[in-house]
Amino acid sequence: METVKQLIYKEKKPVKVKSPSLWKQTYRRLKKNKLAMISLFFLIFMFLLSFVGPYFSPYILDRTDIAYANRPPSASHWLGTDNYGRDVLTRLMMAGQISLTIGLASMFLSIVIGAFLGAVSGFYRGVVDLVIMRLADILMSIPGLPLLLIMGAILSEWKVPSEYRLYIIMIMLSVVGWPALARLVRGQILSLREQPFMQATEVLGLSDRRKIFHHLIPNTLPLLLVVATLNVAGSILSESALSFLGLGVVPPTPSWGNMMDAANNYMDFRKRPWLWIPPGLTIFLTVVSINLLGDGLRDALDPKMKR
Amino acid sequence: MSETLLEVKNLKKYYSSSKGIFSKKNESVKAVDGVSFTIEKGDVFGLVGESGSGKSTIGKTILRLHDKTEGEVRFKGEDVFSLIKKDLRRLRVQTQLVFQDPFSSLNPRIRVGDAIGEAMVQHGLATNKDVREKVLQVMETCGLSPYHADRYPHEFSGGQRQRIVIARAMALNPEFLVMDEPVAALDVSIQAQIINLFSELRKKNGLSYLFISHDLSVVEHLCTKIAIMYLGNIVEMATKEELFDNPLHPYTKALLSAVPIPDPRVKRERIILKGDIPSPVNPPSGCKFRTRCPIATELCAEKVPEFRDVGNEHFTACHYV
Repeated sequence: METVKQLIYKEKKPVKVKSPSLWKQTYRRLKKNKLAMISLFFLIFMFLLSFVGPYFSPYILDRTDIAYANRPPSASHWLGTDNYGRDVLTRLMMAGQISLTIGLASMFLSIVIGAFLGAVSGFYRGVVDLVIMRLADILMSIPGLPLLLIMGAILSEWKVPSEYRLYIIMIMLSVVGWPALARLVRGQILSLREQPFMQATEVLGLSDRRKIFHHLIPNTLPLLLVVATLNVAGSILSESALSFLGLGVVPPTPSWGNMMDAANNYMDFRKRPWLWIPPGLTIFLTVVSINLLGDGLRDALDPKMKR
Repeated sequence: MSETLLEVKNLKKYYSSSKGIFSKKNESVKAVDGVSFTIEKGDVFGLVGESGSGKSTIGKTILRLHDKTEGEVRFKGEDVFSLIKKDLRRLRVQTQLVFQDPFSSLNPRIRVGDAIGEAMVQHGLATNKDVREKVLQVMETCGLSPYHADRYPHEFSGGQRQRIVIARAMALNPEFLVMDEPVAALDVSIQAQIINLFSELRKKNGLSYLFISHDLSVVEHLCTKIAIMYLGNIVEMATKEELFDNPLHPYTKALLSAVPIPDPRVKRERIILKGDIPSPVNPPSGCKFRTRCPIATELCAEKVPEFRDVGNEHFTACHYV
């Protein structure tokens, strides 16, 4: 008797299986995508290089040394020196800090603004929607690069110190970036709000805040993440383009874009490739990695799309 | 004797469909066209009709998911449509809805336990501390295991999902549930389980239901009172026994004759209706059923039949009863 009872008891032991969170499941799928993982590791490497690397550099960022100007790569200066005698590798790492920060921060800012305004306008519709979307339309109807150029020119005219320009460029980039995101989120939310599970939240009497932040936005998050990733690449490119044109981050603060600009003459271009190949290559590889990672994320987040 | 829980008076719901900005013609779809009924406490009120007859629209309108066009809905004497936001929240606790499709009525990114518990916390029926315990209790009553709480909706089968949806509704301990074809998306063996769950919950919690279905055998099993709908109107309404034993309206008769009997030797007369349900944009004049009615005459085209009491709590709308 006892044994039977024990047996039954054993059988009834509750199964404790907590499903891994959806993010963990996504990461598992992402791990299978080799290209995306290589990109991820390259990006991590770039981050470490930019943010930790300078501490190991024997050179001080803005120290000029005319005696050592324009040296090709050597054992002491791995990537050579520029025309003021500054170490190119150190500058490249510092420039990475700035370019990556600008890319990430402006993306983050435009996501926050875009997701919030998009969610609000898709959820409440009516006048709110009209106002927000027209604003977005106006911003989108102004071509981005010329707008940034004009703003950059104004900043130069006002002689804004180069430390502050950094932040202003971040804000500029997110001002240009949010309308597209807001539209995307709004569209998603317009379709989500008609889903039965949103009607259920209505019947359950959940507050608007709960509906937007717990039910609607999490459902747009996968898409948002993909677009955000791709946006970082866009921001880095825009910043580089602006800095290359001398309207973004200005020297002496290095950025990948203005490092290339420093080599913007025939002599440097032909005779001193170590000035422009490293920043060019880092921009290229970083942007490509971000795009590949974004693609991988899209596949990992939406397993139904594939196969 | 019994108290009235829900009272619906002459409820109308039209959807307007404008045909572009250049056309002045504004057509409206008369989804629900003047429906009245009352549900007493403890009733299981079955609403039966073919697709497009306006059953679900009624269910959603009385919960104020849609706006009404005309008429009155009173829940415990309160006019549902004149409630302000605060009072509406109170109503939300007392009335709940179970959806037809258990696949789309759960948010795919929220764990089952959280989905069941969040409304409890929002309405102050549970605190963050004891919500888990209460969720597990509700889940148990609905036949779910505790470990299900930490899973996502996509990890469940249809029947289990419907249990989750029911548990979510039951978590607020409502008095009145609208079931919008809750078993239509499930296969027959699961249907039986879910229907038994409804009966249990009703006995245990003294619930009243508005049970929307197109399946007469399910309705017969569960309901105490039944209304048959056709094109936005109730054509017949009676207690279950009365309706099944003594159907009066020709549409009801046709419906009942179509219920399959699981015995091949039973011979019976089938009333076959011709054609489809007419468009609710442009319904037939007079009695809406006349275009398909086997006994229709000229009178039916001219005069709208009155929805009248024929005794024994039996109401019908037909000239020839």
